Amino acid sequence: MRSDVAQFDLSAPATLDAVLTQLAAEPGKHTPLAGGTELMVALNTGRLTQHSLLSIQHLKELRFIRVQPDAIHIGSGATFTNIRNSAEIAADLPLLIESASWTGTIANQNRATLGGNICNASPAADTPPALLAYGASITLISAAGTRTLPYTEFHLSYKKTVLRPDELVHSVSVPRDFSDYRQYIRKVGTRNALAISKIALAALAKLDGDHIADIRMGAASLTDRPLRCSAAEATLLGKSVDAKDMDATVRAGRAALASETHTIDDIRSTAKYRSAVAGNLLEEFLRSLAS
Amino acid sequence: MSLVQLTVNGKPQRLDIPPMKRLLDMLRHDLGLTGTKEGCGEGECGACAVLLDGELVNSCLVPALQVNGSSVCTIEGVSTEGQLHPIQQCFLERGGAQCGICTPGMILATHHLLDKHPNPTLEQIQEGLAGNLCRCTGYMRIFESVQEAAKLGAI
Amino acid sequence: MVTHTMPQSDPILGASPLRKEGRAKVLGAAQYIDDLSLPGMWHGATVRSSIARGSIRSITFSAEIDWSQFCIVRASDIPGENTIVHLTKDHPCLADGVVNHPEEPILLLAHPEKSALLAAVAAVHIDYEELPGVFTIEESETAVENNDAARIIWPGSEFGGTANCFKTYLMYSGEKDETEAGIAAAFEAADFIVEGEYHTGAQEQLYIENNGIIAECFRNASGAVESVCVRGCMQCPYYVVHALTLVFNLPEDKCRVIQVETGGAFGGKEDFPSVIGSHAALLAMKCGHPVKIIYDRAEDMAATTKRHPSRTRHRTAVSKDGKLLAGTIDVAIDGGAYSTLSPVVLSRATIHAPGPYKWPHIRVKAKAMATNIPPHGAFRGFGAPQSLFGLERHMDKIAKTIGLTPEELRRRNFLATGDTTATGQPLIEKVDMQHLLTRALEEAGYHEKLARFAEENKHSSIKRGVGFAAFMHGTGFTGSGERRLNSLVYVDVLEDGRPQILVSSTEFGQGTNTILSQVAAQTLQLPYDDILVAQPDTSVVPNSGPTVASRTAMIVGKLVERASLQLLDNLREHEHLPADHTREEFIAAAKSFRAKHGELRASVRYEPPAKIYWDDELYRGDAYPGYAWAVYVAEVAVDLNTYMTTVTRFDALQEVGKVMHPVLAKGQIEGGVAQGIGYALYEKCVWKNGRMMNNQMTNYIMPTSADLPPIHVHFEETPSIHGPGGAKGIGELPMDGPAPAILNAIENATGIAFNTIPLLPEDMYERMSSFTDPPLGGTEDLDPSTDQDTRTEVTA
Repeated sequence: MRSDVAQFDLSAPATLDAVLTQLAAEPGKHTPLAGGTELMVALNTGRLTQHSLLSIQHLKELRFIRVQPDAIHIGSGATFTNIRNSAEIAADLPLLIESASWTGTIANQNRATLGGNICNASPAADTPPALLAYGASITLISAAGTRTLPYTEFHLSYKKTVLRPDELVHSVSVPRDFSDYRQYIRKVGTRNALAISKIALAALAKLDGDHIADIRMGAASLTDRPLRCSAAEATLLGKSVDAKDMDATVRAGRAALASETHTIDDIRSTAKYRSAVAGNLLEEFLRSLAS
Repeated sequence: MSLVQLTVNGKPQRLDIPPMKRLLDMLRHDLGLTGTKEGCGEGECGACAVLLDGELVNSCLVPALQVNGSSVCTIEGVSTEGQLHPIQQCFLERGGAQCGICTPGMILATHHLLDKHPNPTLEQIQEGLAGNLCRCTGYMRIFESVQEAAKLGAI
Repeated sequence: MVTHTMPQSDPILGASPLRKEGRAKVLGAAQYIDDLSLPGMWHGATVRSSIARGSIRSITFSAEIDWSQFCIVRASDIPGENTIVHLTKDHPCLADGVVNHPEEPILLLAHPEKSALLAAVAAVHIDYEELPGVFTIEESETAVENNDAARIIWPGSEFGGTANCFKTYLMYSGEKDETEAGIAAAFEAADFIVEGEYHTGAQEQLYIENNGIIAECFRNASGAVESVCVRGCMQCPYYVVHALTLVFNLPEDKCRVIQVETGGAFGGKEDFPSVIGSHAALLAMKCGHPVKIIYDRAEDMAATTKRHPSRTRHRTAVSKDGKLLAGTIDVAIDGGAYSTLSPVVLSRATIHAPGPYKWPHIRVKAKAMATNIPPHGAFRGFGAPQSLFGLERHMDKIAKTIGLTPEELRRRNFLATGDTTATGQPLIEKVDMQHLLTRALEEAGYHEKLARFAEENKHSSIKRGVGFAAFMHGTGFTGSGERRLNSLVYVDVLEDGRPQILVSSTEFGQGTNTILSQVAAQTLQLPYDDILVAQPDTSVVPNSGPTVASRTAMIVGKLVERASLQLLDNLREHEHLPADHTREEFIAAAKSFRAKHGELRASVRYEPPAKIYWDDELYRGDAYPGYAWAVYVAEVAVDLNTYMTTVTRFDALQEVGKVMHPVLAKGQIEGGVAQGIGYALYEKCVWKNGRMMNNQMTNYIMPTSADLPPIHVHFEETPSIHGPGGAKGIGELPMDGPAPAILNAIENATGIAFNTIPLLPEDMYERMSSFTDPPLGGTEDLDPSTDQDTRTEVTA
C-alpha cells in the first residue's frame, strides 16, 4: 500500500445534481470515483495523483438499464454484473455481454462500471470495441445540461477524451436491431481470465447474398485509443464472401486493417504480434461469414 | 475524517475514519478482523474478497466511505458460533486449503457462487473462482470442495 | 534398540485425516505474520538501490522530513558481520558503499506509523557512480573470456569461485581419463551425433503471502544487546538463527526464531527470511521497540529471490538402434549478484542432468555465473527442473533425428533395478521406468491421441498434440548432506498424556504437521487427534534440518517414527506397557513415567539406514538416499490464430514409496503441475537493466482456475527403507516434468521444436513467421518501460 490515505479526500454528495454542482464550481479539482477498480489500484500503487475525489458510486440516477423500442440506454453507473444480468442486453447486444464477462473477475465485475471503463479510456478497455461496433452514442451531463454524440467521437487520443472537467458520462445508448447481423467478438489476453487485452476485435456484418451489405468493427489495443476500424469497413463493404472470392476479400481486409493499425511494444506484448493476431481475428470473422 | 456506519458480520459498527481508507484495512486494523488477507493490493488475487451487500468484492479496492450504510460479511461471519459452515467443512475435508492464505477469499467466492448457482457446472466454478488465485493447490482440490459443498446444498 | 513393524490395524498412514491446522485456516483464524502485532511496535521499510551496479557517492536526507522521529540503520550499525551467511560471506546484509543489483538494501528506516515511511523512503536521495553491469549468463561469460575487467562483477572466493563464476562442477560417470577416452571413442564410432541448446527463464515463487517479520531486541541492565527474537513466515528457523548469530555477534541460544503460520513458500522463504529477519532485528536493536517489516507485492517481486535461469547444452553420441553411447552436458545457471544458494542449486542441476537413463560415458560440466540481478534462490525443484527440461527436450530431438518414437528411445535407455546411475549409485531399491511409461501413456490415451490428432490437425487451425517427460527427483540432501545436517527430533509426552512432536520442520501448506502427526499416531497406536505439533520456536524445538529438498516426509518422518518407537520401548521396559496397548494404557503409563522422572521425552538423531558413499571432490557415489520416479504426459491445443497454447489435459504418474496422505499427496502434485504449466507457458520475468519490471500480479502471469486443465494424478508405491512406511519425498518432483512434457507436446502438435521457456505466444508467432533460427524478436521485443494500462512504477 503506497499511499497515505490521510492525504486524500472523498466525499459523496447525495444526488447527481449535487455532484454536478460541485464539478461546475471547481472544475478539474475533483475526480469522480465510481467502482474504484481503476482509481483504487492507483491509490494502492502510489500513482493516484488526484487527491480530491467525489464518490458517484451510490447515484441511482446513473445506475439503470432502460429498454426502449429503438435503443437500450445504459447508465454510466451500471456495473458489469448489471450488464451481464440484463436479459434484454443478452438478447440484443450479445457482444456487450461477452465484453462485460471478460473484465477481470466476478469481484471486479460487481464494482466496475461502464462509465469508469469508458472514462479511464485505456486503448485496451473491454467494452469500447462492442460499443463502437454497435454504433453507440454517448450522453454527457453537466450542470449546464446534456450533450449526446456518437461514441466514435468520444476518444481523442491516448487516454484523452472529449469529457470536460465539469462533466460526467451520463449514459450510453445502443441501437437494438442487429438480429440480421452476424456477430463476432474475441479478446486475446495473457491468459483466459484476469487479463488485460493484447488485442480484441468486435465485428458485425450483414450479408446480402454473398456480399457484405454492412460491416462495423471495433478494436482494442490497435492504436492509442479504442478504434472504430473505418478503413477496414470501407474496404470490405460490398466485398464477396463466396468461396472463390474469400481469399481476396481476406487479403483486402487485412491490408486495410493494417493501414489503420499502430500497435506498440509494451510490457505485455509486441507490436508485431498484436498486428498479426488482429489480422488473424479479422480473417477468422470473415471466413465465418461464408457458412 | 468521515463517519462510516455499517454492519459487519451482523454487528453494527460506527467508525470515524479517513474516507479513502481501504475497506480491507478498516476490517483488519480498525475492527481487528484479520481473516481477510492482503495478497496484492491490485484486485488481482482475491485474498481480500468479502461480501458487500451480498456481492463479492475485493476489499483492497473499496474506499471506506462507500460502505457507509452497507452490510459486510467477512470470513469470520461465515461460521456460526464456531460451527463450520458446510463450505468450510468441505474445504477442510477435501484438501481445499493448503497454506490457507487464499482460503478466506476463496470460501467467500464459493459462498457467492453457490448463492447464484446452487448446482454449478465445472465451467461455472472455474469462472466463479477465476478471481481468486491459489498458488498451492492447482485448484483441483478446491473444485472438489465446491462440488461437494454444492451436493450438500450448502447455501 | 528394539524395532517393531508398523501396526496394521486401522492405518492412519495412508489415510487422509483432517489437516492439523486446517480448521483454523478455513475459519480465517490462522494467524499469519501481518495479522500479529506486539505492544509498542514500530514499522520498518527498506531504502534500496535504484541502479544495478556502482558505488554510492552520497546519501542525502531531504529536509522536509522530521528525521528525528525515525530510526535509521546503516551498514555501520551492524554489531557483528555485515553478511547474510550462506556458504560464502559475499552477500552483505546492507550495502556498504557499493551496490551490485537493483533493489539492493542500503538503509533501513523505522517509525511508529507505517504511513510515515512512504514519504521518508522517497526523501532519501542516493547519488551513485554507475558501473557497467552484466545481465545474462552470456554477458557474464563474455566478460571473463575477454578479460573485461570493467565487467568482472564478482571477484571470486575461496569456496571454489572464480571471476564472475560462483561455482563449477565437473561430474564424470567413471574415472576422469577413462571417461574422457570413452566419450571420444563413442563420438568417433557413433552413427549419430545430436546437439541441442535449451533455455529456461527466471520464475517468481508468487506465494500469496508476502515476506514479513516482527523482530525484538532485548538489552541487559547495562544496555548491551543480550538477545534477539525474530518471528515471521519462513521455511527454516535455524537458518535465520545462524544468520542472526553473525549479524549480531551473539551465540545461537541468544537468537530466538519463531515460525508463524506461513502463506506459501516454494523455496522463496528458504534463505530470504535471513535477510528480512536481520533487517527487522537491526531496526529493533536501534529503535528499542519491536519492529515489523512487511513487503508489499511490488517490493517482494522486485527484491526477493527467483528461480535461476539456465542454459543447457547437450552433445550426444547415439547408435542407430537408439542406444545412448556417450554424452557431454554443459549446464549454466544465472545466480544473480551474490553466491547465496547457487552452488547447491547447481549441484542438483548437475546430478539430475543425466536423468533416468543409462549413460555408458557421460561428462557434466556446470557453472553458476554472476549477474547484476537480485540474487536468485531456491524454488521447488532447485536446479532439477532446469536440467531435466534440457534433457527431456533433447531426448525427443534424438528420437526425431534417428527415426525412433520418443517412447522407444526411452525404453532402450532407461535405468532399471540394479543399474548404476551416472554418479555411480547402484539402484538397489526397485525401479521400473518401463512400467511407469506404459502406464502413464495408457492413462493419458497417448497412442490413440497421437493418431487422432495427426488426422484432425490437417483440417483445423487448432493443432493438438501429446508429449511426455520421464524423470526422477532425488529426495533428501545430496550425498553426505543429511549426515552433516545431523537432524535431531524430540517427541515429548505432555502432562495429559498427549504426545507432542518437536521439530524445526515447518508447515507452509504442504502438510508437515499432518504427516508427522500421522507417523506418530500410527507408530504409537494412538488416535491422530491426540498428537500435537509444537510451533517451530528455536528456544523449544531442536534442529531437524531445513524444510527443503523434499526431505521432510522421508528423513524427518523417519526420525519421528524412531522417536515414537523409542517412547514405546521406554514405556514397555519401565512401565510394563503391553504390546498391543490401548490409548488409556498408554496415557496411564506415560503419566506414571512422568511422575517418577519429571518428563517423558524421546530424542533421536539422524542415522542413515544403510551406508551412503559419496565423494564430494569427484562428485561420485550415492547422490541421494532415495529417488521418486515419474512419467508425466501433457496434451495441448495450439491455436494458430492467436499462437496461444492451452494445456487441455495433464497426467502425472509417479512412484513415491508410500502415499502417506492421499488428499495431501494429490494436492502436492496438482499444485506442482500448475506451477510447472506456469513455468512453461505463462510466467515470464521481464527485466530491464537487472530490474524486474513486471513486478505486479497484473503483469506477471500466473495461471488462474480458468487456465488449468484437469490434472489426473496417479501413484505407485515401492517402499523405500529410508522413509516411514516406505515414503519418499514428493514436494519438488511435480515441478520437473510439466515443462518438457508440454514443449514435447507442442512439437508434436506443430512440428516445430521450441527450446526456450517460458514459451509465450509472441515467441511462437515470431518463430513461425521468421526465417532465422533462433528467431530475432518474440518476447525479446517486449518493452519493459511501456505500460499504458497499469503503469508499473519505474524507480528513479
